[in-house]
Amino acid sequence: MSQTLAYDPSTDAHDHGATGGGPDLLDLLESEAILVIREVVAELERPVILFSGGKDSVVLLHLTAKALWPGRVTVPVLHVDTGHNFPEVLAFRDATVARFGLTLHVARVQDYLDDGRLRERTDGTRNPLQTVPLLDAITEHRFDGVFGGGRRDEDKARAKERIVSLRDAFGQWDPKNQRPELWRAVNTRHRPGEHVRVFPLSNWTELDVWRYIEREGIELPDLYYAHEREVFERDGMLLSPGPWSRPRAGEEVRVEQVRYRTVGDMSCTGAVRSTARTVGEVVTEVAASTVTERGATRADDRISEAAMEDRKKEGYF
Amino acid sequence: MSTPTLLRLATAGSVDDGKSTLVGRLLHDTKSVLADQLAAITDASRRRGWTGELADLALLTDGLRAEREQGITIDVAYRYFATARRSFVLADCPGHVQYTRNTVTGASTADVVLVLVDARHGVVEQTRRHLAVVGLLRVPHVVVVVNKVDLVADPATAYDRTVLDIEDLRRTLDIDSVSVVPISALHGDNVVEPGPHTDWYAGPTLLEVLETLPAHRSGGPARFPVQLVIRPQHGAVAAEHVDYRGYAGHVSSGTVRVGDEVVVSSSGVRTTVVGIDRGPEPLDQATAPLSVTLRLADAVDVSRGDVLAAADEPPTPVRSVEAVLCWLSERPLVPGARVLVAHGTRTVRAVVSDVAERLDIGRLAVEPASGAGLNDLVSVTLTLAEPLPLEPYARSRHGGSLLVVDPHDGWTLAAGMAYATLPGAGASPGSLGGSDRFDAAAPLAGEHR
Repeated sequence: MSQTLAYDPSTDAHDHGATGGGPDLLDLLESEAILVIREVVAELERPVILFSGGKDSVVLLHLTAKALWPGRVTVPVLHVDTGHNFPEVLAFRDATVARFGLTLHVARVQDYLDDGRLRERTDGTRNPLQTVPLLDAITEHRFDGVFGGGRRDEDKARAKERIVSLRDAFGQWDPKNQRPELWRAVNTRHRPGEHVRVFPLSNWTELDVWRYIEREGIELPDLYYAHEREVFERDGMLLSPGPWSRPRAGEEVRVEQVRYRTVGDMSCTGAVRSTARTVGEVVTEVAASTVTERGATRADDRISEAAMEDRKKEGYF
Repeated sequence: MSTPTLLRLATAGSVDDGKSTLVGRLLHDTKSVLADQLAAITDASRRRGWTGELADLALLTDGLRAEREQGITIDVAYRYFATARRSFVLADCPGHVQYTRNTVTGASTADVVLVLVDARHGVVEQTRRHLAVVGLLRVPHVVVVVNKVDLVADPATAYDRTVLDIEDLRRTLDIDSVSVVPISALHGDNVVEPGPHTDWYAGPTLLEVLETLPAHRSGGPARFPVQLVIRPQHGAVAAEHVDYRGYAGHVSSGTVRVGDEVVVSSSGVRTTVVGIDRGPEPLDQATAPLSVTLRLADAVDVSRGDVLAAADEPPTPVRSVEAVLCWLSERPLVPGARVLVAHGTRTVRAVVSDVAERLDIGRLAVEPASGAGLNDLVSVTLTLAEPLPLEPYARSRHGGSLLVVDPHDGWTLAAGMAYATLPGAGASPGSLGGSDRFDAAAPLAGEHR
């Protein structure tokens, strides 16, 4: 009593369905990302890669290198620096830039705070403050295609965004008026003053990223793997004490075995308890996780249901 | 650890068919909703006065503030879920505003489109609209999901009636593969597990269908649209590559093997593939849709925009093409409009020299046309400033698809299908020689217990 389909798979010699043999999930995701990267490099004059040293931007850089191999990555990288960095991530950023021979631009939130163009938020987090330095850097360098490592599975506003996403002269995203994205076509056209944001990892999940890191042997900052660290607990998150995140009264500092699932502003990026010391163990851990990446680790995304949507409309990553 | 295969899904349904609830149910019952997301929507459901079991699963897919405020879905949202057998990318396409634009967008990349039908109403005009678009875009499989079977007194009869109506439409619209699955998205019956509201039905659950449908197909003659010429010279990653010359792109159909003879579409010049590189890793062959770099035996003139094609079955470049356009812009189409046409990696100037017919999608009948507006499906003639190697869309989804682009601001105005015909407009879409479709004589429904 089984259902019969009008489609007969036995007639299709080229099927790579459940029986396997053809390109697997990672092959398909990699190929889609490389197709997008090559279109942008071919069509636009001044592309740039947003690079923080976080795992998604490291994967994005790896894919760009693969897309252009054996040519070097000639696309410059831009780090929008909150000033609240994990020292090991900053060191990793600089080592990576040197290894690939990249041109690095840094837009510093601290510069804007120093001269009064931006003011510190009352909650102390600097992730939302990155928008203005980012937009200024795009204008200053006349970047027309800005690659980011954003993924649609991270957030419900991101889930609505196109792989190639148009920004107006003010860097704003208009979610109600997006270009249809058809077949495998990549349309990067825009008017002078506008630019496109490009998210080649749109269709990847956190687990896909980790499986790809495992398959390709991609190096990451050590804090993505389990290590002993002094932490204190705030709002259910494990924060690392530092110059910008001092424990308050009653918040006890303990040494725990933790790792980071995301890397951002150190004052609001939480660690998770973990014993995963290798990439294989992280893959297993992520596959079994019961909490999303952002829910586990980003205080700033808990502000409201629409925190990311509001930031994106203003020109955030 | 091997990774699973990927299936691309798109949904289509009217506003009240329970589409968001179904998507939420698929995510929830495949354990793809994590604790913090469920807590967030449980909380939001209570604040909105939800009294049912679980939470309002539709809230999982409403991403924008305006959507939550108005209780509607505005734009295509992408969701991800996985089982042990497969990973799924789901494009959730809203049904009411700009239905054609959204359905075309979702369906153009989909292996499978889920079309929702309310068991109380059966096949309605909206169902015909969605199936017409899905048929025109030649989506390999359609799953008609008969939802809300818990709300009808005799669900088996309602299901049978829908199966008959869908079979009629399938023939009219020339759709390859359709299956019909009864469910209750609200209660979860027959989505992932069978349930009491579908105890009369003996076929597979929706997820079982999705896990066993054939995934992407890569048949047809080899085509490779060139994106970039890679010639690093002294910008190479290592000195041994200074003389490297390769053509970067993706295999848009078929398989390319080392030793294959290929022809450059624009010049007709022939050469042989001597190497296939995926980054530094050499391959013997590459199957669609892999992104690779090809090395060729001869220093032939190949640049971005060219297509390298199987020498024994090359495409023919044309200066004029008849096509069906799905008009996706609020700016109307006027005959004589000057536009850009993008095909593969080449974009050329073009004139829409004739607008012949328009599909009255409600009646599924064609009528004479003199232009097109948002969501219209029209047959046109495009006159191209330079030749493009366009192939019949019915034979090749990628060789036959084109974008119509506004030359002023780059906006995507229309999705085009070369040598396609509107449903009911005479010649069958496969009549232009060759088709990748299949004999569709088998029954499409699951049997009753």
